[in-house]
Amino acid sequence: MSFAWAKQYEPQSAFTKWLDEKLPLPRLVYNAVGAGYPVPRNLNYMWNFGVLAGFFLMVQIVTGVVLAMHYAANSEVAFGTVEHIMRNVNYGWMLRYAHANGASFFFIVIYLHIFRGFFYSSYKAPREMIWLLGVVIFLLMMATAFMGYVLPWGQMSFWGAQVITGLFSAIPMVGEPLQVWLLGGFAPDNAALNRFFSLHFLLPFVIAGVVILHIWALHIPGSSNPTGVEVKQESDTVPFHPYYTAKDGFGLGVVLILFTALVFFLPNALGHPDNYIEANPLSTPAHIVPEWYFWPFYAILRAFTGDLAIPFTSIVLIPAKLLGVIAMFGSILMWFFLPWLDKSPVRSGHYRPLFRKFFWFGLIPTMAVLFYCGGAPAEEPFVILSQIATAYYFLHFLVILPIVSQIEVPKPLPFSITEAVTGKDKPAE
Amino acid sequence: MAEMSGATTPAGASEMTEGADGIRRRDWIHIAALSTAGVGGASLLFPLVSQMSPSADVLAQGSTEVDVSAIEAGQAIKTMFRKQPLFVRRLTAEEIDEANAVDISTLRDPQTLAERTKEGHGDMLITMGVCTHLGCVPLGAGEGENRGEYGGYFCPCHGSHYDTAARIRKGPAPLNLVVPEYEFTSDTVVRVG
Repeated sequence: MSFAWAKQYEPQSAFTKWLDEKLPLPRLVYNAVGAGYPVPRNLNYMWNFGVLAGFFLMVQIVTGVVLAMHYAANSEVAFGTVEHIMRNVNYGWMLRYAHANGASFFFIVIYLHIFRGFFYSSYKAPREMIWLLGVVIFLLMMATAFMGYVLPWGQMSFWGAQVITGLFSAIPMVGEPLQVWLLGGFAPDNAALNRFFSLHFLLPFVIAGVVILHIWALHIPGSSNPTGVEVKQESDTVPFHPYYTAKDGFGLGVVLILFTALVFFLPNALGHPDNYIEANPLSTPAHIVPEWYFWPFYAILRAFTGDLAIPFTSIVLIPAKLLGVIAMFGSILMWFFLPWLDKSPVRSGHYRPLFRKFFWFGLIPTMAVLFYCGGAPAEEPFVILSQIATAYYFLHFLVILPIVSQIEVPKPLPFSITEAVTGKDKPAE
Repeated sequence: MAEMSGATTPAGASEMTEGADGIRRRDWIHIAALSTAGVGGASLLFPLVSQMSPSADVLAQGSTEVDVSAIEAGQAIKTMFRKQPLFVRRLTAEEIDEANAVDISTLRDPQTLAERTKEGHGDMLITMGVCTHLGCVPLGAGEGENRGEYGGYFCPCHGSHYDTAARIRKGPAPLNLVVPEYEFTSDTVVRVG
């Protein structure tokens, strides 16, 4: 579906006319990212990150397929084949650094994409399905990134696999057998490495499939915009091509400069030196942390240091280990309910004075603290900081957001996007 | 679209309107941006293609040493060079005469035996054991194997017959068995590659 004034694809040559009848692929492109897709005219650069995330998914698939031509998922040789890629394979160092840093950039752009959604309430009706699919993509990304990090079979790979599969052992009754089943053994070994490689190869294509659904769902109501006022008329929109192909192209250029700077000049800046030591089941590195993009969630996991017990008794209701796991998964699964937790009819944070304060002075500093604490050692003051930040994080979504959305008085909205941009529009009829 | 252009700024207007020469400033921006993207994208193909070429460790397996002292006349051994079979054969006097008796103008890939051996070692025939038709390993190097109608090698895949100088004589193969680069580092040791 699109707006009534969307331009229609008109094949010009005999060949494109013939093709349009048999396989209307050019028509699909024209309607999806071409002149046939009208988009709000006021999108700012925060709307670049969806396209950028799609770009980095492609970077990861292309470099990943190539790396898989040289890598062997066998615990005896895996570490060696990664070194082989770095030293022997033509441009192997570049492809591997692009893949490792590509994962980081994928998460950078995804986090900005998600925070765009938080600030502009992109998750609200009629766009709930886009948001839900987005959370699914994020969860799939986390699983894929985790399994990919295991493949080099260094110390961080091995102990990451041990710790993350250990999360499942916290589940009552079935936990321990579940961990053994996931690993195909009692500790990470060849069986685990092989299945992680298989799934790491598969999941990006699953992500690509969900991305198609995500974009499909997006193209039904069309993009949201910084005012949060829905498109009313043709003057509120511009065609995607050339306006947003150019704007996205510029954003892509800027991000690529940063990406290549990291790949070529600081390729290991975001990694851990411990992962250049081959996996050793007899020795855990002193300071074991996940990759940076998991730090906020890792901080939530570690924030739970005490069992949930009935006061003044020794009856433990939920042990600390399980609490941490529930909180960590809950911190993301909660996002599935966001469209219904935020009841305000106004979308954009620009017109929501109270919400905006809690966003900039509540959620963002909290995420920053969780991020920092997740990468810090599990000692004071980071434990107490994580606990405070974790408490606020859940309060923000489950209590503050519903209450704020009920009590705040939003600022007056512009009549239309055209009015917001040009300062005038034809009077409301 | 008329109302859209009305909304653009005066600076935008100058980008969009033609100058006296009929060229818009934006035309230049289009060409520059698309050229940069095109060159950048195309140059990315190079590492993606190049990574499939032999890697440094494969290229490093360049040479193999073979001790030929134990090979008796009429006998051949199979060994490996660059992960491919290598035939090392000491010819008998009759086999040498047989090879030299052929009029090379009648051959599909004309070469004399002398051109296919090293001076002073005219009885040592060193060739790749890879049929020039489609890459099978010909018979004839092993004890009791079929040597074909010309007493050299016989490829059972598609019936190519090679003579005692390992030259193609009959069958679909286009060329003689390849003689790799090699040299005698002593009277009895050959370094291939």
